[in-house]
Amino acid sequence: MIAIENLRKSYGKLQVLKNVSASFEAGRAISIIGPNASGKTTMSKCILGMVLPDGGDIKIDGESVLKKHAYRSKIGYMPQIGRYPENMKIRQVIGMIRDIRKDVKQIDEELIGLYGLEAIYEKRMGALSGGTKQKVSAALAFMFNPQILILDEPTAGLDPVSAEILKCKILKEKRSGKLIMITSHIMSEIEEVADEVLCLMDGQLKFHETIAGIKAQANEERLSRAIAKIMNEQD
Amino acid sequence: MNKIIKYVFYDIVRNKIVLAYTLFLLLLSVGLFNLGGSPDKGILSLLNLVLLTVPLISIVFATTHFYNSYEFMELLVAQPINRSKIFMSEYLGVSCSLSGAFILGVGLPVMLFGASITGLYLVLTGVFITFIFVALAFLASVITRDKAKGIGIALLLWFYFALIYDGIVLFILYSFSDYPLEHATLALTAFNPVDLGRIIVLLHLDVSALMGYTGALYKSILGSLWGIGLAFGLLLVWILVPVLSSRRIFSRRDL
Repeated sequence: MIAIENLRKSYGKLQVLKNVSASFEAGRAISIIGPNASGKTTMSKCILGMVLPDGGDIKIDGESVLKKHAYRSKIGYMPQIGRYPENMKIRQVIGMIRDIRKDVKQIDEELIGLYGLEAIYEKRMGALSGGTKQKVSAALAFMFNPQILILDEPTAGLDPVSAEILKCKILKEKRSGKLIMITSHIMSEIEEVADEVLCLMDGQLKFHETIAGIKAQANEERLSRAIAKIMNEQD
Repeated sequence: MNKIIKYVFYDIVRNKIVLAYTLFLLLLSVGLFNLGGSPDKGILSLLNLVLLTVPLISIVFATTHFYNSYEFMELLVAQPINRSKIFMSEYLGVSCSLSGAFILGVGLPVMLFGASITGLYLVLTGVFITFIFVALAFLASVITRDKAKGIGIALLLWFYFALIYDGIVLFILYSFSDYPLEHATLALTAFNPVDLGRIIVLLHLDVSALMGYTGALYKSILGSLWGIGLAFGLLLVWILVPVLSSRRIFSRRDL
């Protein structure tokens, strides 16, 4: 569904992505891991067209997405730190995005209900806590039934109950045949949700393997140990 | 695109600055018309104040607005919308609301107290100047991500067009006063929208008789309908060049 070919990006002298190639299929959940500043967010932002790559190509359903915008109707994006216009209310933000995406008939409001966002509809975005902003981001990402979900550290600021709701939602969407990309640092969470792990290190692809494959390769029961083992072996 | 402009409008209207700007212009124009006696005098004083304040307020307001809308633009960029559409909506939203404030604040009193073709030129010039300085502000804001730097560049641009440029022109005129400079001055005017606007209005007032040879040349070239068309055409170029170049920069950079 998504194919990344020799993706390159540098900010000034700093090379963030060095010839990364990968491909992801629908109905799978891929977890992107790697140390801080290894290029995870840059890669997802490249897919969204927020960051423009220096070289290489990104294809969705066989078509290059560079310099296009219509393809973004297929993607739901939840940023690492959601930034919203401070003086807009939750109701207005959701209403505005809905107004812009009027062509979408099927609206998924499950997360708005589960997170009880309606009760705080009149609060200004600037007055919300980080976790509540995350909930709004999550609700917006899932709202238009996108075929691809890109979630950048989705549970980082959420309380355990809310995180659990989000995980259930992710699993549900995966079962309905969507492609889900999650960047995360929490191994237990990855093990629960993801099927494949893609590891970036210093802007290079370290490995891209199914979870079962990783465990077998390292001969370990726990994913965190298995990954640590593989990383150490390769150094 | 209309939808996005609508939300930009909402945002600006909630912001009380545009309202204050309208009231300020309204007070200024009504006051000057009632002080001066003849409507021509009122228009002349108004012209000088308008050419100083409108660029300043437009450029400062537009720059701060652009930086404050960063979150809004980030939110939209993840949606299936063209980036240049987002940019143009921001531009049109800001420049139309500031022009609206100008038309209410200056156009209305001019119509009431000094309705004339000169008054019409004054209002038109003001609207063009608003569009030009919002465009320059957006250019300054897309060049750098640092808000303080962006506002600095914007203020520098205002200083240049409102004060420094005239100094440079005077210096050139003084140093080369032995040569015939009429056509050169005319060309130099084209490089500053504020001067261009000032001359368009001045030529339709009686004071243009006091401007000497150069004034006579201005009058012979810019006094005709063709010349006025040319002057407004130049103002239009002053809008398009910064808008199109900043749109290009905005669609080709990382957010």
